[in-house]
Formats: sequence, structure tokens, C-alpha cells
Amino acid sequence: MSNYDIDYVNCSLCEKCIDACPFDAIAVVDGKIEMNSACKACGICVDSCPEGLITPVEDQRESVDKSQYRDVLVFAEQIEGEVHPVTYELMGKGRELANKIDQELHVILLGHNLMDQTDEILAHGADKIYVYNQKALHHFDVQAYARAFEDCVEKTKPTIILIGATPVGRSLAPRISTRFRTGLTADCTILDVRENTDLVQTRPAFGGNIMARILTTRTRPQMATMRYKVMEPAAKVDNPTGEIINFSVPEEELETRSNFISITKKPEVESIEEADKIIAVGRGIREEKDLEMIKELADLIGAKIGTTRPLIEKGWTGHHQQIGLSGRSVRPELIITLGISGAVQFVAGMKSSEHIFAVNSDPEASIFNVAHYGMVGDLYDIVPKLIEKIKDGENVFEKIEKEAVAI
Amino acid sequence: MEILVCVKQVPETKDVEVDENGNLIRDGVDSIMNPHDMYALETALRLKAEHGGTVSAITMGPPQSKEVIREAYMMGADKGYILSDIKFAGADVLATSYTLSQGLEVIGLKNGYDLIICGMESTDGDTAQVGPAIAETLKIPHVAYVSSIKESNGEKIIVEKDMGETIEIVEFSYPGLITVTKEVNQPRLPSYKLKLDTRDREIETLTFADLLDDDENNFGLKGSPTQVEKVFPPDDNIEKVMWAGNGEELSDKLFNELKELKVI
Repeated sequence: MSNYDIDYVNCSLCEKCIDACPFDAIAVVDGKIEMNSACKACGICVDSCPEGLITPVEDQRESVDKSQYRDVLVFAEQIEGEVHPVTYELMGKGRELANKIDQELHVILLGHNLMDQTDEILAHGADKIYVYNQKALHHFDVQAYARAFEDCVEKTKPTIILIGATPVGRSLAPRISTRFRTGLTADCTILDVRENTDLVQTRPAFGGNIMARILTTRTRPQMATMRYKVMEPAAKVDNPTGEIINFSVPEEELETRSNFISITKKPEVESIEEADKIIAVGRGIREEKDLEMIKELADLIGAKIGTTRPLIEKGWTGHHQQIGLSGRSVRPELIITLGISGAVQFVAGMKSSEHIFAVNSDPEASIFNVAHYGMVGDLYDIVPKLIEKIKDGENVFEKIEKEAVAI
Repeated sequence: MEILVCVKQVPETKDVEVDENGNLIRDGVDSIMNPHDMYALETALRLKAEHGGTVSAITMGPPQSKEVIREAYMMGADKGYILSDIKFAGADVLATSYTLSQGLEVIGLKNGYDLIICGMESTDGDTAQVGPAIAETLKIPHVAYVSSIKESNGEKIIVEKDMGETIEIVEFSYPGLITVTKEVNQPRLPSYKLKLDTRDREIETLTFADLLDDDENNFGLKGSPTQVEKVFPPDDNIEKVMWAGNGEELSDKLFNELKELKVI
């Protein structure tokens, strides 16, 4: 039993599928193409067969009645009564999806004594807010939160649920999707919706430089997480008309085997998520001391320094500076990448930036596929000269023009 | 204390090469234990040193991912299991966590378990979803992003979790699951002596037939509510400007563009 049917009668054993499979999941066994347990059902082999002899095994599972599920539900994350700004970004995306299928945007807010937060959520255009205002939800206890969320899903039957890919969201979302035995796609970089309400989820996949389009075709609700700073926040509406609906679950159902002991705010670290200018450095940096030059440039233009994973693994930069899927997502006005090749995991964390400048010595580097301004050159040559020019505060072209006039 | 650790084999590098068609080239890329899982294993080994008991490592994957259990033995794990079956292939978050939960239950039937430990995420998936999904399947508490073990005894554990902006301290009674960050400890290096000592140690293979659930619709692609419709190379930015040149020319260009944007 494998995930694909192969037309053995017409198979010429050209082995193109074997070459195409990134997971070594296909081999010739006893004179036949065979797939093994390394298969990730990515479908690359289907496209690789020149004769079109590989087809996905027909999905015979039953689908739920999709018309029984309506509206987009956004999770409003709050810590200590403060709503996380990713909430408004999810609402922006949620509004867009809801409009496309002519349905409503709803928000679920879990916590205690946070009625003062509902105005702001309504102002961002929610059609309804479901509020669970209960003492047991004051702090984030994942099982209590999952129980309240489950209650809301059962009562409102949303077709799509959006949750922020934050520490809270990444802990909570899989509990809910598992409880409803439905699909969850983490860290989507693009979301769209089809007329039949199927959510089209796109994210980097399989640890490589490749994107996957993922669908949840048979079950509802469909769940996706998106990271902070990947989407535009919802626009504010002039006359909020949304409705507040109070729900609750019996206190005993919120009891768990976990106990909250304390919460402390972390000392403020330079947050690159909030920076409006970023200089990002990668493996093109040869030595740790070279970061001083980068720091000088960053200070001159008022930018924060972000980095790729290799520099963090070397211990040259801190985890809080990491940009990419395993670090932070950023959406600054300006990002200048220096010596970064542009692996998809990095790009996923910065491609929504407004102005992207990239400097790399390799003209084939994939960072140039996302850069608005690509510069093929040596950062060790460019950066010191740029620093000089900024210090001089002089536009060289103006100077040349002046000189030309003088001549 | 009975501790189960979930480990995953991943490609050693993230900078996987891509051919002209945008396909991944994985030939020649070595496979290693997901680096985050080493912190999970170290956490387990330290708890065992304090309280006694057994540390078992479990993985899911094709037969060759047995190697990751050998790596776990080289760090000090007592027992190892691999869940491997063509029926498990193509699993998404739900089917993966379900299959691992089934395996954990089979192992747990022998001696019970107190704590399951996972790395906070894998370097080839980056989703951080499988750990919490296992806890949900097994109906036990979990704490994700544990950055420090504060205290533990035979009944409960007190941990610190990193919530990004805040640090929280919570406790729960066993059985439960934690996922750990790289702040939790410094993993020991694999030991050559242990490598020799554990050379012949058994790695038990669990196939579909060994699990409690005999409905194959719950496993692999069949048990996965999400499906990959299409894979494709990342979008290119079409409106791009490219320059090449020496440091003088390029620093001029950059300077002028930054000035244009009123950055300087």
C-alpha cells in the first residue's frame, strides 16, 4: 500500500521519479518501481513521470457537509489583559477571506476582566466577539483554553480558524485541531479561499527551498496559524457595528492538572519585530569582529541588526535577532541583507518588507529573487565605502554634477 | 521515573540545494538527530540521574532513521523504538502525532510513563505542533517552550516556560508532556564508550500491526486531514533592479537609493 498508483504495464523504468523524489522514497524493487515509508506524499513524482503513469490513490474518505460550517473565527490572544497585535493582523486576513466567501468575521477572546479590550477588536471590524470572561482563563492554561475554544467551535461551527503562530498559539492550536481531528497548517505565508470554502494554505515545506500549497478538503473547521508581522493589520472601521456575545463553560470543566505559579515580564531585548529598518547579515560575514562594521552602519541609519541561523549557531549573534521560520518574522520599511543567500526559511520571515536591498557576491543567490534592489558585489568592499559616504553626508552624483558644471 | 523522549531524524543542513526545476537535491546530505531533540534527551537524562528510572527514545520514519536511536543510545538512552511502516507514510501533524501517541501507549503499557519530552520543533518542519498534539491525543497536560526545570519529584514537576515577552512558572502532576527550548540545558556530547557499549543493543521496531488501533484510515496520508496539493518554487519578485560593480559603484548606488528613501 502506498500513496500513489503506478501503471506498471506501461512503466519503462526510466527512473525519472527516483531522481525527482527528494526523500529517497522510491526505488526499483524486484524489477518494479516501489515507494517506501519515507514518502511524504508531496506529489513531486506525479509531475516527474514523462508518461503520466503515477497518480495519487483516490481519496475515498467521506467529507463533512461543508455548508454546516460558516464564518471565519480569529483567536484574540491576550497576555495579562493586553491583546497581542497579531490578533489585528489575523483579523485583516480573516476579513479578506470572509468577504470572498460572503461570510462573517468573528473573534474569540478568552481571559478574565478584559471587557475593555472588546472596543478595540470591534473597531477593527469584527462582526461578532465571543467572550469567555472566566477566572480560570486569566492565565494561559492550555487545556482550559482548549476547552473554552472547543465550546465556541461547537456552538458557532466556523469554517476557518486563524491563530497567531506565537508561543501561545503554537501551543493551543494543535490541541484544538487534534480534538476535532481536523487539519492544521502552521506558519502559513499566504492564505486564500476558494468558492467552496476550502482554505488554500501556502507555506515553505519539507525543509527545502520549496513552497507547498496545502488543503483541508474533507474536514471542518480548517485551521491555520500565521506569524506576527506577515500580514497587514485590519483597517479600522468608522462605525463599529459588531456584537459582543458572552459565553461560558462550567468552571469544573476548566480544571486541569496544571497550576499557574507566577509570570514575569522578560527584560526588554532589542526586538527586531518592531524595527522599521533592519540590516540583516548572514554567512557572508567572515569573522565575528566584522560585525562591528555592520553595527556602525546600522547605527548610522538607525537600523537594528538581524541575522540568519548560521551566525547564531556560531554564537556571534543572539536568538532574538534571528529572522526566518525558526526565528522572527519582520516587515520593516527597509531591510538590507548582506551576505545572505536567501534560503526559503529566511525569506519567509522577511519577504513582506517594503524595500528589500540585497548584497551578495553570487549572482545566482536566491535572495535576488525577492530583493527589489539586488547588488552583486563584495560586502567588504561596499559597506566601508557606504559608511564613509554617509559620514561625509555627501551625494556623490551631486558632486559629479557640480564638477561637471565647474568644467 | 519513566521518561519517553520523541526524536526525529532530519537532514544535517538547512541549505538544501535546489536543481533547475526547483526540486530538492538531498543526495549526499547527512541525516542527524534534530538538534532540538538533543536538549529533550539531555533533560530526560538529568531527570533520570536525579530520580532514577528509564529513558526511552522513540522515532517514526523509514527503517534507516533507526540511526537516530543509535545516537540517542550514545547519549545515554536506555531503550529505543522505531515506528516504521509504509502505512505511516505521508502523515501530517494529526497522523504523525497520532502514530507517535499509539507507539508511546504501547511502550507505556509495559512500565507506564511519567513524562514525555520533545524538542520544541524540528529543523526541517519548524512547526512545533507535534508535541502539543501528542499531549492532546493522550489527554495529558503539556507545557510548550520549557526553558528551565525548576523542581521535580515523584509526583510533579515545576517548569519555567518562555512565552516570548514573558516567563511563566507552572507546575503539573504526571503524566504530562513538555517541549524544551535550547535554553533548558547544554546537551552532553555522544560518548564513544557508549557507542561501543550499545553497539548490539536492540532497537524495537513497531509496525502498524503492533499498535492498539487497527484502523489504517487513522495513519499516514489516509489519516491526514491536510493534503499537499502542489509544491512549487518560491515566488520571484518581478519588479527588481539588479546592479553589479565594484565597491565604489555599488556603495554609490546604495547611498543614493537610501537617500531617495529618506533613510539618510
